[in-house]
Amino acid sequence: MLKMLTSTLLAAAMLLALPAGLHAQNEPIKIGEYGSMTGNQATFGTSTHKGIVLALKEINAAGGFNGRKLELISYDTRGQAGEAGNCVTRLCTQDKVTAVLGEVASSLSIAGGRVAQENGVPMISPSSTNSKVTQIGPMVFRVCFIDDFQGFVVAKFAREKLKAKKVAVLYDRGQAYSKGLRDAFTKSFKELGGEITTDQSYSAGDPEFGAQLTTIRDTKPDAIFVPGYYTEAGNIAVQARKLGINVPLLGGDGWESEQLAKIGGDAINGCFFSNHYSPEEDRAELKDFIANFKKDNNGEVPDAMAALGYDAARVLFDSMKRAKSLSGTDLANAIAVTKDFKGVTGVITINKDRNADKAAVILQMRGGAPHYYSSVSPSK
Amino acid sequence: MRRTIVNLRRFITFALILVALAASGGIAFLAIKNPTKFLQTLVDGVTVGSLYALIALGYTMVYGILQFINFAHSNVFMLGAWISFVIARAAGWTGPDASPPLYAIPVVLLGSMATCAIVGFIIEKVAYKPMRDAPRINVLVTAIGVCLLLESIGQLPFVFGTSPQPTPRLIPDAPLLTYEGANDIVVNFTMVDLMIIDSAIVLIIALEFLVYRSKIGLAMRAVSHDHRLASLMGVNVNRTISITFLIGSTLAAAAGFLASARVSALQQPSDASWTLFGLKAFVAAVVGGIGNIRGAMIGGLLIGLIEFFGSAYVSTNLRDVFVFLILILVLLIKPTGILGRPTLEKV
Repeated sequence: MLKMLTSTLLAAAMLLALPAGLHAQNEPIKIGEYGSMTGNQATFGTSTHKGIVLALKEINAAGGFNGRKLELISYDTRGQAGEAGNCVTRLCTQDKVTAVLGEVASSLSIAGGRVAQENGVPMISPSSTNSKVTQIGPMVFRVCFIDDFQGFVVAKFAREKLKAKKVAVLYDRGQAYSKGLRDAFTKSFKELGGEITTDQSYSAGDPEFGAQLTTIRDTKPDAIFVPGYYTEAGNIAVQARKLGINVPLLGGDGWESEQLAKIGGDAINGCFFSNHYSPEEDRAELKDFIANFKKDNNGEVPDAMAALGYDAARVLFDSMKRAKSLSGTDLANAIAVTKDFKGVTGVITINKDRNADKAAVILQMRGGAPHYYSSVSPSK
Repeated sequence: MRRTIVNLRRFITFALILVALAASGGIAFLAIKNPTKFLQTLVDGVTVGSLYALIALGYTMVYGILQFINFAHSNVFMLGAWISFVIARAAGWTGPDASPPLYAIPVVLLGSMATCAIVGFIIEKVAYKPMRDAPRINVLVTAIGVCLLLESIGQLPFVFGTSPQPTPRLIPDAPLLTYEGANDIVVNFTMVDLMIIDSAIVLIIALEFLVYRSKIGLAMRAVSHDHRLASLMGVNVNRTISITFLIGSTLAAAAGFLASARVSALQQPSDASWTLFGLKAFVAAVVGGIGNIRGAMIGGLLIGLIEFFGSAYVSTNLRDVFVFLILILVLLIKPTGILGRPTLEKV
């Protein structure tokens, strides 16, 4: 009985597989996405996802790729590096995707990027800024700037605009992103003639920063550089104010989340962070994107993660059109020569290190929301 | 062989006394050198240590009575914090513009304690009671299962969700006492800190009375001693164990409420920080002498102080290392913990 059932099932499976093979030409092209839809960086993943969905919707509405639709397969990494590797393995080996988009957090992109590289599937990270991500190999790209540049931008801003001489650093020792940004900032800030008063760290999820902040307070800095993610940044701001530390906090794109203002409340107002784009910038490409995004997402204004997700998907599609075939190597070669692509986060040119050369913006938290403050271009 | 061990122990004890002397000299020096930093670290250490003590009580009581480590206890602590948030949100006491009345504190605190007590009761009845006569390793695995179950349920979108939330400001966080040092640097001792330390002291004294001065306490001690014998003597063993879980979970809920009041972001339910906090409380229970109520308080304070002084004066990178280093030292020198005695009545 069992044998009969198995053979019937097998036959059915073969019958089903047959037409699928024959109609491959009209089959949708699968694009994989992995991101933290849940977890401490949940807003990163969900925003990026919304951006990618919008891009694919527009591409499919315009006819897709030679008549074939693009289909998105998304997996949740829950903000854990181990899970990121699993997600990409599943995308590459089971779903057999053409290319992978993701992650936001650098530690997770490094975990996922290694798997993509091994499987020969091109990967574009929308917003991982640690320099190690694209050093994995020729299959891994990104459409954002790297921490060396971001650290330089914040250091330059602190030194020249804020006239800060002494800055304390408080970073997340468990995150490659945070550590990379701290290294880059420290180097640039010292080169610009500044002084780092103390170098403190925490591990993600730590609710208490009293010990670090008490030490920082004693060094009397002009500003504190907190290159972590938004949950901790908000928490740190509140605890710093409680201890009577009233200097501005500075951060990177990890602060980008509406949760920052909710957690940080009044304490976060007056603080600055560098970012990939601001919806307040006056550029023509932005108008349509913001309008369409709002229409699809109940009037929500796209944040930088959404904009980068959108750009990553569109750079991928642009490269698919230029590629000789959709095989991993051909597609990677096409992505590598992307030049002057007009993205919503700026003009994207992929350089020889597979990173994007782009401008950064400085935002200031005012009245519970980030506002455009100034821009810094990539030519140092 | 035995002699060498005794000698080694004696040597380590002696070395430790020397270290303690040197440390107290060092502490006095630090206190004089920078009083504001010293006092602030002291306040933080004692406060967080009291939280560890509150959670450690739950571990210690359950261990005392069942000789097993209830790993799901740190999740009950998480539930306590999140249920406080949910109650406050339902009552409209969250958000930047909310100005919660003072009675919000007991409402939220008691609501959270009651809910967690029920959860603790159900956990024991459903997951641990059927395993009462099974090998201890089975119960341990069940506890890990309960731990994951609670985390996953908490992550469901209609329960707590998966993003961190700002904590409600129910307790006014204006400083109660401020000590102004040189250069306008102040030390803050807030209402939240006072409440944490107070509730730890009050609850521990109440528990001492319950265990050593009441009928149910007598039953607990009897069950702890030998539960088969106790049941022959007419003690309702199941009821006694249920009450132990009720009390432990209630204390964890109180700790959850107070811990979240101290900080401004509530981490998502499956975040590693909850487990780490619970683990440190467990270390506190072991260091103080597992199964011993006063030991839990001493262990909690010791762990809190060492954690904060270590990270403020040595290195923040080694914060968790200090905690576990103490555990190793205590296990080497006095495996039963500071107040633990192998023959002591354990509850």
